[in-house]
Amino acid sequence: MDDLTLIAVVSIITAGFTTAVGTMFPAIGEGRALSKALSSIAQQPDSSATITRTLFVGLAMIESTAIYCFVLSMILVFANPFWNHFIQ
Amino acid sequence: MKLSPDEIIFWEYGFININLTIVTTWALMLILVISSRLITRNLKVEIHISRWQVILEIIVIMISNQIKEIGLEKPEKYIGFIGTLFLFIGLANLFVIFPWYQPPTSSLSATAALAISVFLSVPYFGIGKKGFGGYLKSYLKPTFIMLPFNLISEVSRTLALAIRLFGNIMSGGMIVAILLSIAPFIFPVIMNVLGLLTGMIQAYIFSILATVYIAGAVKIKAI
Repeated sequence: MDDLTLIAVVSIITAGFTTAVGTMFPAIGEGRALSKALSSIAQQPDSSATITRTLFVGLAMIESTAIYCFVLSMILVFANPFWNHFIQ
Repeated sequence: MKLSPDEIIFWEYGFININLTIVTTWALMLILVISSRLITRNLKVEIHISRWQVILEIIVIMISNQIKEIGLEKPEKYIGFIGTLFLFIGLANLFVIFPWYQPPTSSLSATAALAISVFLSVPYFGIGKKGFGGYLKSYLKPTFIMLPFNLISEVSRTLALAIRLFGNIMSGGMIVAILLSIAPFIFPVIMNVLGLLTGMIQAYIFSILATVYIAGAVKIKAI
């Protein structure tokens, strides 16, 4: 296996693994946050506006970790700096 | 496959270049400025007002209510900045309904510029409210041990703002582009509709987070 093949194999496997792990745990976290917020709204419908806004902000915070993983795997697959280095 | 509209370059001179992101941003700015100028040309307080004035009033009242709920007492001071952020990002993400349009928010340079403007607006509003010394003292809350962590959080939340908007919008376009090569008949339309929803939510979240950061710098705590 030459250098290019090795980089391609490692990059593709790492990209898939990054997406797998990086979507799994934020999904668990967002599910827990959403279920908690839903039960809070069911208990206190009056404060649903505040709960919804805080939920959106919190979900955005959680989701940004998943977005980091997505951007990383996109870079690995489509704009790999090591691959470009060895092609030249 | 093109990752961002930065790679389509119209004009280049040295290190200065004009790419699709800048051109789309200018077009959006022109649309926003001209349309708001046209609508606010003859505002009325009578019973019968124009439809556009009703729409504009709904938007402005909604944004100022949101700002007030987060804890900024005078929304008139902040609505110029936060409302512009919301309207610009919302319009940029809404225009994906037009064919061959590439949202400028799917380029990291545009979102980084928006995030940097939020980063600079926080000390601007904070110093305007509490004075220079009072603003600097807010970095020492609750104790001076937290100073490096406060400084790190300043930078990391700016980075997170930029990457979050960029990643969400770019992933929407990327998914549609990949699906077009796999199942090009109906399915990309559904994902595009989902992208519209995500775009509006991201505009909302971006402006809400900017408001929260500004409120954190402006709020006077009785300690």
